[in-house]
Amino acid sequence: MKTFNRYLFAAILLAASSAHALEFSEVQAAKSSMVFGYKQMNVPLSGKFAKFAIQAHFDPSRPGAAQAKIDIDLSSIDTGNSDADEEVLGKLWFNTKLYPTGQFVSSTIKALGGDRYEATGKLSIKGKSLDVSAPFTFKQDGAYAIFDGSFKMNRLDYGLGEGLWADIATVANEVSITFHFVASSKK
Amino acid sequence: MNKHYTSFAIALHWMVAALIFCAFPIGLYMSDLKLSPLKLQLFSYHKWLGVTVFLIVVIRVIWRATHTPPALPDSIAVWQQRAAHGLHHLLYVLMFAIPVTGWLMSSAKGVPTVYLGLIPLPDLLGKDKALGHLLENIHATLNYLMLALLVLHVAAALKHHFIERDDTLARMLPFLKK
Repeated sequence: MKTFNRYLFAAILLAASSAHALEFSEVQAAKSSMVFGYKQMNVPLSGKFAKFAIQAHFDPSRPGAAQAKIDIDLSSIDTGNSDADEEVLGKLWFNTKLYPTGQFVSSTIKALGGDRYEATGKLSIKGKSLDVSAPFTFKQDGAYAIFDGSFKMNRLDYGLGEGLWADIATVANEVSITFHFVASSKK
Repeated sequence: MNKHYTSFAIALHWMVAALIFCAFPIGLYMSDLKLSPLKLQLFSYHKWLGVTVFLIVVIRVIWRATHTPPALPDSIAVWQQRAAHGLHHLLYVLMFAIPVTGWLMSSAKGVPTVYLGLIPLPDLLGKDKALGHLLENIHATLNYLMLALLVLHVAAALKHHFIERDDTLARMLPFLKK
């Protein structure tokens, strides 16, 4: 019996460690989302980017080795206000003709304890690259990893809304980005 | 019985008149504007004016329910007195229905109303493009109906003052009393 228990223990340990060693790298685009919130005349509005591509790998046991690169198709924006969807593609906002893609590339991903982590890296939009940090949570649900996080940015830091739109009393400077990524491990 | 409305009722009447006088042309002008910060500002101001009209009209209805308005001059034919009452009722209905349809339309279009930029009103409807468009048409139609009724309302008041030379208008403007 003792021997049996020892084998059982070893088996559980093995199973647990192999589950832990899963590396999540296949992002499920259809299950993932990237939304943003902003204020216009102090009215909270939300929008989203429908198209983005993610190359990433994340192993919760080795967060230091994790990496993420996210390419956002900026013209896939839905501002939540159909009037604005066309306007924000223009020169004063994203200028998607010249800068069609927004990109985040992680430099470090560190564990904050529990299921909390933080990704730091460069966010590049409209020719400007700035450091951002985004805390996120990692949850494992069967074969899937679920990443939820958010961070705030100032639109004017990236020249989003120039000229007459630079007035932050009408459209607030602060934009919050909330992401929900679902990934599976490579089989 | 008093020959004119109380100063409280008079104040509320003219406040609503002034607010509608501002909200109507702003609404007409802003709808066709190309998107700009000015357009966003005007939409907000228009909604604030509408919410204010709604709040004052609630008080006016309470006032009407608890007070008897001054009688119209006896010289006015009964059918005309009835027409005046009917017109007043319709105007009250519109002063409710127009802000409410504007509020619902905002919600359906996905832009909530935040009164004075401070107090968020709840969204009674979810975002729904087709419904938003329908409510926009209803809101506009009710406004044109109100405009037509207001032309009648003002024309009747002026006719009584300048042609019949009675004290109808003086009920709302006591200093005009003959």
